Amino acid sequence: MSNLDRFLASFANLEVAWRYLPRIAEGMLVTLGLGLAVIGAGVVAGLALAVLRALRVPFTGWLIVAFADVFRALPPLVIIIVLFFAFPYIDLPMSAFVATWLSLSLVLAAFAEEVFWAGILSVPREQWSAGLSLGLTRARTLFHVVLPQAIRLTVPPLTNRVISITKGTALGSVVALHEILNVSSSASSEAGNPTPLTLGALAYLVLFIPFVWFGRRMERRFAWKR
Amino acid sequence: MEALSQVFFNWAIIEKVWPFLLKGFGTTLLLSALVIPLGLAGGLAVALASTHRSRVVRGAVVVYVDFFRAFPPLVLLIFIYFGFPFLSIDLPKLAAVALGFFLNTSSYYGEILRAGIESIPRGQMDAALSMGLRRGQAYRHIVVPQAVRNVLPDLVSNTLEVIKLTTLASVVALPELLNNARQAQALTYNPTPIVLAALMYLALLWPIVRLLSRLEHQHLNAR
Repeated sequence: MSNLDRFLASFANLEVAWRYLPRIAEGMLVTLGLGLAVIGAGVVAGLALAVLRALRVPFTGWLIVAFADVFRALPPLVIIIVLFFAFPYIDLPMSAFVATWLSLSLVLAAFAEEVFWAGILSVPREQWSAGLSLGLTRARTLFHVVLPQAIRLTVPPLTNRVISITKGTALGSVVALHEILNVSSSASSEAGNPTPLTLGALAYLVLFIPFVWFGRRMERRFAWKR
Repeated sequence: MEALSQVFFNWAIIEKVWPFLLKGFGTTLLLSALVIPLGLAGGLAVALASTHRSRVVRGAVVVYVDFFRAFPPLVLLIFIYFGFPFLSIDLPKLAAVALGFFLNTSSYYGEILRAGIESIPRGQMDAALSMGLRRGQAYRHIVVPQAVRNVLPDLVSNTLEVIKLTTLASVVALPELLNNARQAQALTYNPTPIVLAALMYLALLWPIVRLLSRLEHQHLNAR
């Protein structure tokens, strides 16, 4: 066999690919479901925290800052491992799915809160004064005047964060969650052939390339005009 | 409460595993000191290539960056570590980790530095050239320093991410902090080592998060 044939027989073996395709498709569904659940929970929680901070609810300010700091500082894999391996000791066992989902949602909430908060701060103070002087309450000013302007600014940085944190679903493989990476690496050791890993890699490209392109377009669209 | 601290913060266990975790912490620092400069250098090369005159070069850079930003870094690492032996190439753990991280971090640093270089008005380059500087000199002394200053918060933010990334090396059993903590946990049947490791990561990374918040604030105010 020539070198190329040998390469293809190990990394793109059609027979092996055909055998493991259904399992990897199942892994894709798990990754997709987990990713969407993380995006939903993380973005909503991040927005809620930024709103609480902007409304100056007593005592919430520094709590929110502490929360955002801790979950921006801790590596996501460390959080997953603490939730999955340490919490059962206090009778709070979590499934791999829940541990991964909760960890990534907390991380995304922390980053999203900071992005939304920066967006809110970047709206000129006069907008607040104008809303209040028209007789709107602080909450109404925030929701009808400030937030609509703030959200526009948050789209590009938030898109990039969402992509990089959603890719963290692959970390679930460490706690044996049957998502793409876990399924494809166990399939490749079972088959004694790395083709399932190639399939897994392709599956990630299929899921994430559209997001990366979308992020790029958003960045161009909202880019600073010089 | 007593029971809780026995489980999560057991002093007897801390005393036993502390030296082992400290060793892992050292490896984490060394690994960061290896992959951050590599990623920055690669990122600068990517950023400069994306200002190249040739369309083909610029297109190739976009493909490289998008490709490696779409892959989860753990997938890249597993692919390299478990795939390469099938090519009869035996890659040491450290080399596999360094290569996987390089492909990922150079793409991210590259995008950030490209945005920085694009934020510098053309006039700066024209002025430098008309002063008799060569292109390379103009980039080195005029364009890149200003570009770095403009995107400093993003560079710091990405560096934070790279340090957090080093935890992935535990998956291929490179003896960094998280790996050692998990081993200690398995040996002592007690979660104290992983809780302690989490606190050590917090001690290392929280100051960087604070610095980042300050930098971002300054940038917001400077506009």
